[in-house]
Amino acid sequence: MSDLGFTPNEMMTIAASRALKNDDVCFVGIGAPSAACNVARLTHAPDITLIYESGTIGTAPDVLPLSIGDGELCDTALTTVAVPEMFRYWLQGGRVTIGFLGAAQLDKFGNINTTVIGDYDHPKTRLPGGGGAPEIASSSGEVYITMKQSLRGMVEKIDFFTSFGHGKGGDDRKKLGIATKGPTLLITDLAIWKPDPESKEFTVVSLHPGVSREEVQKTCGWPVKFAATVEETPAPTELELKTLRDLQARTKAAHEGAGKDE
Amino acid sequence: MAKFQPLAEAVADNLKDGDTVAFEGFTHLIPHAAAHEAIRQKRKDLTLIRMTPDIVYDQMIGMGMVKRLIFSYAGNPGVGLLRRLRDSVENGWPNRIEIEEHSHAAMANAYEAGAAGLPCAVFRGYLGAGLATVNPNIKSVTCPFTGEKLAAVPAIRPDVSFIHAQKADRQGNVLIEGIVGVQKEAVLAARRAVVTVEEVVENFDDVHPNACILPHWTITAIAVVPGGAHPSYTHGYYERDNAAYLEWDRIAAGREAFEAWMKENVLESSPEAFADRVAKLRSKA
Repeated sequence: MSDLGFTPNEMMTIAASRALKNDDVCFVGIGAPSAACNVARLTHAPDITLIYESGTIGTAPDVLPLSIGDGELCDTALTTVAVPEMFRYWLQGGRVTIGFLGAAQLDKFGNINTTVIGDYDHPKTRLPGGGGAPEIASSSGEVYITMKQSLRGMVEKIDFFTSFGHGKGGDDRKKLGIATKGPTLLITDLAIWKPDPESKEFTVVSLHPGVSREEVQKTCGWPVKFAATVEETPAPTELELKTLRDLQARTKAAHEGAGKDE
Repeated sequence: MAKFQPLAEAVADNLKDGDTVAFEGFTHLIPHAAAHEAIRQKRKDLTLIRMTPDIVYDQMIGMGMVKRLIFSYAGNPGVGLLRRLRDSVENGWPNRIEIEEHSHAAMANAYEAGAAGLPCAVFRGYLGAGLATVNPNIKSVTCPFTGEKLAAVPAIRPDVSFIHAQKADRQGNVLIEGIVGVQKEAVLAARRAVVTVEEVVENFDDVHPNACILPHWTITAIAVVPGGAHPSYTHGYYERDNAAYLEWDRIAAGREAFEAWMKENVLESSPEAFADRVAKLRSKA
């Protein structure tokens, strides 16, 4: 914890939660996106529709799921549909306004790798793979990405195109016949980034409190561009922090308790 | 026509060396007991299919039963990577499995196409995705009406699918509730289907008219195995054993620890052990 009273991770989750609107229909990736989406639901966006790829629509979990198919998601959902229906009617059908993804590797055009580090046939590290992400990235109205900054994670060239962002920039999506907007927002533990309107390169538009431009560059593998005016991200409010911490405390208790004596 | 059998018989009758087999379950209702029986029976050269291979597939890969894996997300959900799968793919231990990798949308569509008796699935996907360049089974077709280029993948048609469900009635009809995943499609796409259930009830007269029920004549064999999804969960019966998923990361980290665990908990165990494993998880479900 810094003397600011919150951690960079907490700032990241809360900044990401603020980007979601009450009327969004959000396809939620597991991990950091899931925390952000539920903080949004528990603060300024109580009516947001959260969808997990296990088929749960309009779910309102009391604790964060460990997987995308925890029973909690089904118990608190408006309805639960089969997985083929989820991908065909709801995602491919264009019902999802925001796809919220994490990334193992990300480049400056919002292309994501969660498949392999190294060569595909002889990988240095075999990662879990894309799951729902390739089509979440192309069928959601727009895509938000959240991840912690690191030189390993934010790279000039990703090892594998798991999910297509803006390709090599410009109108690459359009050329491939993708009608949706693609990545429009990147929230890291240090900053908020938006694609340049022309080049589509992610550009820092806001620095989190106490973060310098040098720190952002030190943990990013490409030369960082900053917007003409860089704002300061408002610090987390007391309510936001309490909501996030309570959620994480409930989650920790629930997951550690499973399978153990009461 | 569904035949009620002990699990060992149901697996012996329906799973052969070299088969293409799906043990489906989407976090929920993963048929662990059936897969453990397949491990005990030392089936080999299997082509395993599953959208989300997790720890029970890690176990089968580590035991050297697998020739090929068709999948769309291979991880220990919320925990990390599959260490036995990595050891196979990265180091060839105990053998180097072949991989056919898809996205969830592709696999879900491919199961649906299998159930629908179609040769392939057509959908809007893989746009700009790297998998299309490394998996020759990802192709495209042009819509004859609009000219749109769409992705095409072969239908999934397993020799046999295994699933776990809440209950069967006396006739052998099977009810699935909660997160239903892709199991109905996996059963209808397969030549043979084996279902493990928590219990058998007299009839389904009291269920909702739109409940997900597989008629008895779509199922080859049913085995009653209470707790048979553990450490996955069965909605209405017991909770997911998240601690066991966390623990697996440590067990699977080394080859010796893995083999010792498999010997104690699978090779020298039986389907009856599953009921005890979920005893502490029942009260909260």
